[in-house]
Amino acid sequence: MNYILAHPDIVAERLGEHLVLTFVSLAIALAIAFPLGVLVARRPRAGAVTLAVLNVIYTIPSLALLAILVAIFGLGTPTAVVALVAYAQMILVRNVAEGLRGVSPAALDAADGLGFTPFARLVRIEIPLALPAIVGGIRIATVALIGIATVAAWIDAGGLGALVFEGLHQDDPNKIVAGSLAAIVLALAADGLLRLAEKRLQ
Amino acid sequence: MASSAASGSRVELRGVGVTYPGGSDAVRNVDLTVGAGEFTVFLGPSGSGKSTLLRTINRLIEPTSGAVFIDGVDVRTLDPVVLRRGIGYVIQAVGLFPHLTIGANVGVVPTLLGWDRARIARRVDDLLALVRLEPATYRDRYPRQLSGGEQQRTGVARALAAEPHLLLMDEPFGAVDAIVRSSLQDEIRRIHRELGTTIVFVTHDVDEALRLADRIVVIAGGAIAQADTPQRVLAAPADDVVRSLVGIDAQSREFAEARPLRSHEMR
Repeated sequence: MNYILAHPDIVAERLGEHLVLTFVSLAIALAIAFPLGVLVARRPRAGAVTLAVLNVIYTIPSLALLAILVAIFGLGTPTAVVALVAYAQMILVRNVAEGLRGVSPAALDAADGLGFTPFARLVRIEIPLALPAIVGGIRIATVALIGIATVAAWIDAGGLGALVFEGLHQDDPNKIVAGSLAAIVLALAADGLLRLAEKRLQ
Repeated sequence: MASSAASGSRVELRGVGVTYPGGSDAVRNVDLTVGAGEFTVFLGPSGSGKSTLLRTINRLIEPTSGAVFIDGVDVRTLDPVVLRRGIGYVIQAVGLFPHLTIGANVGVVPTLLGWDRARIARRVDDLLALVRLEPATYRDRYPRQLSGGEQQRTGVARALAAEPHLLLMDEPFGAVDAIVRSSLQDEIRRIHRELGTTIVFVTHDVDEALRLADRIVVIAGGAIAQADTPQRVLAAPADDVVRSLVGIDAQSREFAEARPLRSHEMR
């Protein structure tokens, strides 16, 4: 707490880095997860394989994944983004697919019979009806990414984790508390906001 | 009302067969002509292939043999999306879009067709009035706020939105109670008289078929057992299958016999 009050500028800068890291990763992850989610919902066999692969990635410990990726891409933010995007896939793809599978067959039969193109059906009927599940996935992924992004400071990607690591090295509990506290508050705030969005959609 | 200008398409099924990938036949070599403006009912037990046959007309199912013609045009030569936008489609489960208002549901095909908003709004109000849902009351409600009967009225209005010349109805009143069903039957009969749209209607309910049809096509085992007026189907069943279907119990038949006469006298 003391550190946050004494150095609001530094904490704010780290918070900004953290937000950018999280939301850039989330945006890229969503762009990939949408088509994959549609694939998983439409093609059960290809879908099962896709989910199995994503699940393997998801179970790799974050430090191990970062270490592997550093060996390929080097230190820095881009490498952290790759790791966060990979982690988010499992959650997002599964929720997009579940949401699409949950759309009532009657609504789909009606849409086909009335002359929706496959694309119009997806955009006007299926995605809107799957939105509560999709937003649920975004919420879980966001909270997870905020947490994992803390570890990304270990590969020089900045963010609130940088305060924690500095605190550890300098034996400065104030820094550790400041970084941890800010990350927790950020995760809780994101969770609350997205829960609200989910409720409004239902 | 603008819709009164709409008239009916002529539908021809020539040697239509549908074989499922497993090798079993759902429909076998069906030849049938549905005249322009005719109210034809496909009557048969569940699993008889009547819904499958209906769905070949708007290409939701592609025949494995034979062909379907609408006003002389082989439907295979048309883009299925364009074909279906010109054909009304009503199903038992209604399938209203729960995230759209009643007005938006009814206006969904005109929206796909790119009509301007004012024209869609006018059309939606006309259609809600046609199915006797007060436009000001219902336009902005959501499907879940409506009763089963009101939902199916909305389903009928949605199917009629782009002034189709052909309306396909797959057990549309099967999920509502007897009183509501009876009033919906009266409405569709009236709408048919007002618009002159060709209607192909699937049911397993003999009374419903007798009540609505200009012509009943009895379907059993994927083939036509008899295609005739309700009176002829009752008076001279073509075979034992038809006889057992229309003669399930004497009481319901007597009740039904009075119906087609009344509705035909009105026409």
